[in-house]
Amino acid sequence: MSILVIAEHDNAELKGATLNTIAAAKAIGDDIHVLVAGAGCGAVAEAAAKVDGVAKVILADNVAYEHQLAENVAKLVADLGKNFSHILAPATTTGKNMLPRAAALLDVQPISDIVAVESADTFKRPIYAGNVIATVQSSDAIKVVSVRSTAFDAVAAEGGSAAVESVDIADDAAVSSFVGEELAESDRPELTAAKVVISGGRGMQNGDNFEMLYKLADKLGAAVGASRAAVDAGFVPNDMQVGQTGKIVAPDLYIAVGISGAIQHLAGMKDSKVIVAINKDEEAPIFSVADYGLVADLFDAVPELETKL
Amino acid sequence: MKVLVAVKRVVDYNVKVRPKADGSDVDTANVKMSINPFCEIAVEEAVRLKEKGVVSEIVAVSMGPKQCQEQIRTALALGADRGILVETAEELQPLAVAKCLKAIVEKEEPQMVIMGKQSIDGDNNQTGQMLGALTGMAQGTFASEVVVEDGAVKVTREIDGGLQTVELKLPAVVTTDLRLNEPRYASLPNIMKAKKKPLDTTTPADLGVDITPRTKTLKVEPPAERQAGVKVADVAELVEKLKNEAKVI
Repeated sequence: MSILVIAEHDNAELKGATLNTIAAAKAIGDDIHVLVAGAGCGAVAEAAAKVDGVAKVILADNVAYEHQLAENVAKLVADLGKNFSHILAPATTTGKNMLPRAAALLDVQPISDIVAVESADTFKRPIYAGNVIATVQSSDAIKVVSVRSTAFDAVAAEGGSAAVESVDIADDAAVSSFVGEELAESDRPELTAAKVVISGGRGMQNGDNFEMLYKLADKLGAAVGASRAAVDAGFVPNDMQVGQTGKIVAPDLYIAVGISGAIQHLAGMKDSKVIVAINKDEEAPIFSVADYGLVADLFDAVPELETKL
Repeated sequence: MKVLVAVKRVVDYNVKVRPKADGSDVDTANVKMSINPFCEIAVEEAVRLKEKGVVSEIVAVSMGPKQCQEQIRTALALGADRGILVETAEELQPLAVAKCLKAIVEKEEPQMVIMGKQSIDGDNNQTGQMLGALTGMAQGTFASEVVVEDGAVKVTREIDGGLQTVELKLPAVVTTDLRLNEPRYASLPNIMKAKKKPLDTTTPADLGVDITPRTKTLKVEPPAERQAGVKVADVAELVEKLKNEAKVI
């Protein structure tokens, strides 16, 4: 059993979701190789080599992989991956974009977004917005799997001493090119990695009112998220959306403010350890999953909460 | 140019599905079926491109049992020109769907294939990317903006940290995210007109595609239930509970 884990990174830093994915790999077997594909990403490979449990790091440093274009990276992953029994990637937007493409090149039906490893060929994954958990067995020779990072505790970033091997492959399909990106700048922790998440919904009424949540977040070292309703209403940008089609979070503490609790939203946060709901509608479905419910006007409760902390 | 749009028949998003008592599958007997919301956004985008004069013909494809005709008719009522049903009673996994779509792409030669980023039943988020791999087409997944110009398409994509824009040579595959557009409602005259639009039926075998499933669902079960907790009287009690009972702050 040899497992290829695709590293998530920005050419400078190894992203935390990689550590959760390696944890899932460890539940399958112990010959774990990590592929770092990018451009000028030597430091990422060095970081990956130090991760606990990694046997080898494969570094593909080429301008064709700089922006993680799926057309190029999938070809590389398929070429390298055919010598492995498993190929794993984090179920981030980068992983979701690239991995199925690599799987199809290998004629494999991938398994998306696993939350548990039952055996080397059998995995659990949520379907129907998390209303059902399916146990799925693959009969393909190579198992291609994306991993929901919140379902696996990260392995230690230090403790390993794997060798880094460079491969000189430049798969440039030349059908796509990177134009640009607008990334949200924030000093707060990343939503999917934060210990505390505070999310606002339609009840926030407008984008300016999210300032209250940012203040509270800064006091708690929290990340700020939103329901789809708040994003669709234009209060906040889409990368803040928590839910079935947005980000999946599972922090120690999740505070839902002015969120009614549609099943699509619950799918993104119901694995949080402790859930607090603040909503003036005591019938709101969010209260059915909340450990602590406060029926109150959020415009009174949130500032009061901030001063009492 | 010609656009192919894929539409999937799924359990309506308002229905809360449950596993069958024997855990063999989800219980979809007598539940309302609809067009997958992301597929509806794909149809709408194609129709808008046609209204702008960029697209000349929209072909809507669906796969599955005969009843998928309903979802094709919905697409036709929204503005697609004709439909193709790949009919089968067998289970279709995303790889098989991508292979069937590839066969149709080879026949129809569209300049763009627009489809939903995922279906809300399987939540796989795979088929568009796999179609890209099988045809060699570039892919613009999770699209929030699509601009066609000079033989290429610029796709703005919703990614974890924000937005990314890529330029793809045509032909290309685009998968839709939620904020690409807001689909219109089909008008009654258009629903009537849709009934007269052509709808061809084929099968995976006719397309030369082996749809044998590669994965097997051993069981389905409800997720661990969360118990509703307690209501607190005020902010002071909430803070006290979080500090002393939950010990999370």
